[in-house]
Amino acid sequence: MSVKVEHLTKLYGAQRAVDDISFEVRTGEVLGFLGPNGAGKSTTMKMVTCFVPQSSGKATVCGFDTMNNPMEVRRKIGYLPESNPLYYDMYVREYLEFIGLVHKLSNIGKRIDEMVDMTGLTRERHKKIGQLSKGYKQRVGIAQAMLHNPDVLILDEPTSGLDPNQLVEIRSLIKNLGKEKTVILSTHIMQEVQAMCDRVIIINKGKLVADDTPEHLQQRTAGETIVRVEFKETPELKLLSAISGVKTVKKEKDNQWLVYSQPGKDPREEIFRFAADKGLTLLTLNKEHSSLENVFQELTNK
Amino acid sequence: MLSIYRKEINAFFSSLIGYIAIVVFLVITGLIVWVFPDTNVLDYGYASLESLFFVAPWVYLFLIPAITMRSFAEEISNGTIEMLTTKPLREIDIILGKYFAALTLVFFSLLPTLIYYIAIYQLGAPKGNLDSGAIWGSYIGLLFLGSAFVSIGLFASSITSNQIVSFVLAAFLCFFFHWSFDFLSGLELFYAKIDDLIEAIGINAHYISISRGVVDTRDLVYFISFTAIFILLTKTVLESRKWK
Repeated sequence: MSVKVEHLTKLYGAQRAVDDISFEVRTGEVLGFLGPNGAGKSTTMKMVTCFVPQSSGKATVCGFDTMNNPMEVRRKIGYLPESNPLYYDMYVREYLEFIGLVHKLSNIGKRIDEMVDMTGLTRERHKKIGQLSKGYKQRVGIAQAMLHNPDVLILDEPTSGLDPNQLVEIRSLIKNLGKEKTVILSTHIMQEVQAMCDRVIIINKGKLVADDTPEHLQQRTAGETIVRVEFKETPELKLLSAISGVKTVKKEKDNQWLVYSQPGKDPREEIFRFAADKGLTLLTLNKEHSSLENVFQELTNK
Repeated sequence: MLSIYRKEINAFFSSLIGYIAIVVFLVITGLIVWVFPDTNVLDYGYASLESLFFVAPWVYLFLIPAITMRSFAEEISNGTIEMLTTKPLREIDIILGKYFAALTLVFFSLLPTLIYYIAIYQLGAPKGNLDSGAIWGSYIGLLFLGSAFVSIGLFASSITSNQIVSFVLAAFLCFFFHWSFDFLSGLELFYAKIDDLIEAIGINAHYISISRGVVDTRDLVYFISFTAIFILLTKTVLESRKWK
């Protein structure tokens, strides 16, 4: 186990920021941390990276305890803090050189070239960090976290501020890294979890409420199937709801409806027959994925 | 430690901070030693650099807190302290890197004043008729004083995220430890009883002692322990975030 967290708790005064959280992450796994703002995601990451000490519990990284062996832990970890702190008056290369020196890397120049290339900073490498846009600053943050080729990457909202093109690049970069390393990342974006993560942990009010694969989590929404239907004509809502196996129907647009099935039923066949019987022209009949958003809301609104 | 030292030195000399500090120091001391009618060496008639060594602590009183005020306060307010302390660096590495960088800047501000020494050496009648021992002693004393002020400045910077608070606090502590014990020792309460002892707590007594040209181990021990105490205080402050 490259990262192991056991009964980790952090108290800020009387408030339990993180409450008895346990989980494990294996090498070659990308773990997504989900939770509403203030749920304790960043605090958990800060404890694993030895920035703040836990009130109780234990965290180990590659077998090294964060309290007893912080230096070894810091060597193993690449960390991107949530606020992505950088020295704005340093040049991109200068900053990465500094980080390389801190880690006492032997082939700094070559490694920086690799990272600059990997994170798409080539055109910006001679600029001052303060002059870069938010997305490029984020890339510098990611580059500094990965510079010393750490076994464990802890990225607190790595994709915030990136444009859609950059998002795709950075996501595939992280997914590739995840094949041989351990990656823990936090995010608010559900598609990101589906795109990158092998496993998801959902935290709410400091407590762990779910620890599963994204696929399994999706199936949790009470087993209902959601189908998007579009007719050329406008049938009566009443008739639609009367189709067998249908629980509720929601109107989306003019001729579009979202049909929610009763648990365990797939209403598509019935809808097709219904359209054929009534002589309606069926334009769309599409099974929607019950989204992770629903699961997330269900689990964190308690 | 070396990586932090390099970063700090680069920060001083790639921005205006380093140059401003050096130029301001040289302009003020230059005016006092060569231009101002009440203090300049030329009118005074004696080949000595006393005016330089008298005014330098006053200039450093403001200049060194200005150099050190950002050292930790800026890292705390930018959050870069989180980046630094999650890297394989010990707190003491970070502090010493910043300490030696600031001390280097003090050294560079002092270096050009050797020209004053050479000039006065040439002006002496006969040539070279000046108390070189006292001057070298004073330079050593100034460096130690700089080291003490830098350690105070780092401490003041570590306890706040606000650079102005850091500056004012550092300037006050420098003043307090440099001069106030001299004045306090004159209080009737202490006078002729323990005034020597009170005076010896302050920096000034030791600075003057070294300035005479005699480098006494007592003064060395004083300056080294003074600096060490403030560096350890800074370390304690940085580590305090780890207290539960």
